[in-house]
Amino acid sequence: MTTLTLGRTSVPAKYLPVLVTGCLFVAMFLVGGIRYEGFATGQIILNVFIDNGFLLVVAVGMTFVILTGGIDLSVGSVVALSTMISASLMAGPGWPPYLVVPLVLLIGSGLGLVMGYIIHAFDIQPFIVTLAGMFLARGLCYTIGTDSIPIEDPTFTAFAQTRIDLFADMWISPSVVIALVVVGVAAYVLHYTRFGRAVYATGGSEQSALLMGLPVARTKVTVYTISGFCSALGGVLLSFYMLSGYGLHAVGMELDAIAAVVIGGTLLTGGTGFLLGTVLGVLVLGLIQTIISFEGTLSSWWTKIFIGLLLFVFILLQRLFSARTRR
Amino acid sequence: MTEHILRMSGITKTFPGVKALQDVNLSVRRGEIHAICGENGAGKSTLMKVLSGVYPHGEYEGEITFEGKRCEFSGIRDSEHAGIVIIHQELALSPQLSIAENIFLGNERAKRGLIDWNRTNYEADELMKRVGLRENPTTPISDIGVGKQQLVEIAKALSKEVKLLILDEPTAALNDDDSAHLLDLLRGLRDEGITCVIISHKLNEVIAIADAVTIIRDGRTIETLEMASGQVTEDRIISGMVGRALDNRFPPHEPTIGEEALRIEDWTVYSPSQPDRKVVDGASLTLRRGEIVGLAGLMGAGRTELAMSVFGRTYGVHISGKIFKDGKPVEIRNVQDAIKYGIAYATEDRKRYGLNLIEDIKRNISAAGLKGLAKRGWVNEHEEYRVAEQFHKSMNIKAPSVDAVVGKLSGGNQQKVVLSKWILTEPDVLILDEPTRGIDVGAKYEIYTIINRLADQGKAVLVISSELPELLGLCDRIYTLSEGRITGEVPRQEATQERLMYLMTKGQE
Repeated sequence: MTTLTLGRTSVPAKYLPVLVTGCLFVAMFLVGGIRYEGFATGQIILNVFIDNGFLLVVAVGMTFVILTGGIDLSVGSVVALSTMISASLMAGPGWPPYLVVPLVLLIGSGLGLVMGYIIHAFDIQPFIVTLAGMFLARGLCYTIGTDSIPIEDPTFTAFAQTRIDLFADMWISPSVVIALVVVGVAAYVLHYTRFGRAVYATGGSEQSALLMGLPVARTKVTVYTISGFCSALGGVLLSFYMLSGYGLHAVGMELDAIAAVVIGGTLLTGGTGFLLGTVLGVLVLGLIQTIISFEGTLSSWWTKIFIGLLLFVFILLQRLFSARTRR
Repeated sequence: MTEHILRMSGITKTFPGVKALQDVNLSVRRGEIHAICGENGAGKSTLMKVLSGVYPHGEYEGEITFEGKRCEFSGIRDSEHAGIVIIHQELALSPQLSIAENIFLGNERAKRGLIDWNRTNYEADELMKRVGLRENPTTPISDIGVGKQQLVEIAKALSKEVKLLILDEPTAALNDDDSAHLLDLLRGLRDEGITCVIISHKLNEVIAIADAVTIIRDGRTIETLEMASGQVTEDRIISGMVGRALDNRFPPHEPTIGEEALRIEDWTVYSPSQPDRKVVDGASLTLRRGEIVGLAGLMGAGRTELAMSVFGRTYGVHISGKIFKDGKPVEIRNVQDAIKYGIAYATEDRKRYGLNLIEDIKRNISAAGLKGLAKRGWVNEHEEYRVAEQFHKSMNIKAPSVDAVVGKLSGGNQQKVVLSKWILTEPDVLILDEPTRGIDVGAKYEIYTIINRLADQGKAVLVISSELPELLGLCDRIYTLSEGRITGEVPRQEATQERLMYLMTKGQE
């Protein structure tokens, strides 16, 4: 895996996109460390996790969907809806968080399940179904309220503001722990279960997966349910971070999640990719933001420009690969 | 009648590793219907692709003279310009567009860049009258049946002022009425002076319509028969199409045949795209343990359709009939059921339907039998690796390791992965569809050895193959399928290529 004479042996080719993203991350970190004072610390990386924990969770769900060859455009809206439901239930009737959070997760999973079922049962493109889901969930936010609702529940805010101290003055938030647990569980499921195999096989070739007797239908419905669950959990983490619910939260987050997954080396057509790649993809996106903020004079829109450029590069890279492997 | 409109001489076309055509000659007289006959893979379609410019000049050797001029077509547009139109077996029509739009597709009736719809529909109507198609020109293609779509293709050819019309298996997907109508139409076109070249497996039709028949075998022209003499029979054509010596390309095998493993009774399947057409028609067959049974049939006879409909209804609609496993009736609704009852099906198109090409060997091998390698959903990766490694050795899969990506293996080794995958599910019945397609000779021998070994382990094997020598060399008993019906069952001792080909081309009376 250390050699870059690829294409000769087949194993490294599979890991190459992840490797490239990893190298890119290291390179960006080094450049940042040289250019800016106080950049090259562990806390900078931890901050990227802290600021992007919710995106990480959402991107994990997206990875499942994209691995089967699908797409889920509804995630950003479901995140917003989740913050809105959490905030309004805690502010209005004053429900306790331990009731609100499971309810929100249930709603998110339910939305995913319904979309997955429609995609499977009526054989409609995921793009259209989840686009409909995106509008629906975003619209539902405004039926709850058009303004931002602050979250003042003491347990909730206390948990959100907890700092978990690590060694050498470094710290993380509980959200990071939750996100990393999600990543761990998801990676385990993808690589060590029959369901995980079915996900890869469905994305690799749905027809042959069917003829191998794999439960393609169940797999497809399940990945959208997982994505719905992850979006809802991402919404909960975002409400920890923002301490508010708002219909305009997470606008365009579905695209960030897709970008992270693609930059992480997962093929949009499905079948190949790793969760580790997705984690690196989120970190690269986060680090771009950090560098822009360190630069100071640059507008935050430069983040988008860099993400755009990176996406171009990665999609071209993937194109080269798939052209080679299809041969 | 003696003037030749087309002469192809010394045509040789090579694909990497294979000579598809070798020194083929074809002469077609003006105004005749000329049939081309040969087994599957004999090179008929390749020859027509050379003629129509699909393989441009320079990619083949030899000379084409059309209308007295030497032709060097660089694409289909060139050949169509010269007046040669090919109608492929899979019709090239755009389903959402109307009949008139399809007829003039790429050749629109336009005035200053804008389409003149009145003229388009009027002219389409005229052309449709010529081919005997009574429909409104604005009807979408998807609303008319395949028989009528075929007529639209011919109308389209007429709109291009065709001089030589090539039809590849025109009646393969048609019912009897539509076929008869089409043949009448071709006779009518001949009387108008349009020359036709028709590729067909249906020898009774060839005899009925053709003025001359050219027979191709293994990429070479064997002979051209004149039908005018009245001496040419189906048997005469068959002996030209086969007539190949069997050499010992097959490992010797002494079968030990046991109990009945699978029995299929009165199996009928309708086409999903044309729900009124029977693809398999009342087929019954029996497979016994330890026995290798062949299923012979020409392209379009319904071999794959029969196999896939049995394998968990993966093809077809309105399936009826009974399946008995070990003598007991079973209901197989999906692939999981089929695997549960010990039935495995290795597809003819392993790249598209049989393998996940972007995945590695071990995961392809374990995909169908994952249940046996997992406990409560968790896959035992060590066991998976061990099993894959075992097949890697026992099947002699040539790859550096079981982590190698399947898409990079050769055809023979891919097939070994497919077989490994199904053997892992511990089936009693293996249906192998074209198990040696696209595999070189050495690897074929290995696949045959594996098939023999499976039979010796007491499994029932059904081999579907287009290559008659393969069936004769491998199978203990051979069924023949023609137009969806089982037309014969021949034990090994009595089987000859001529006998099988006769049964395979036997039409419905």
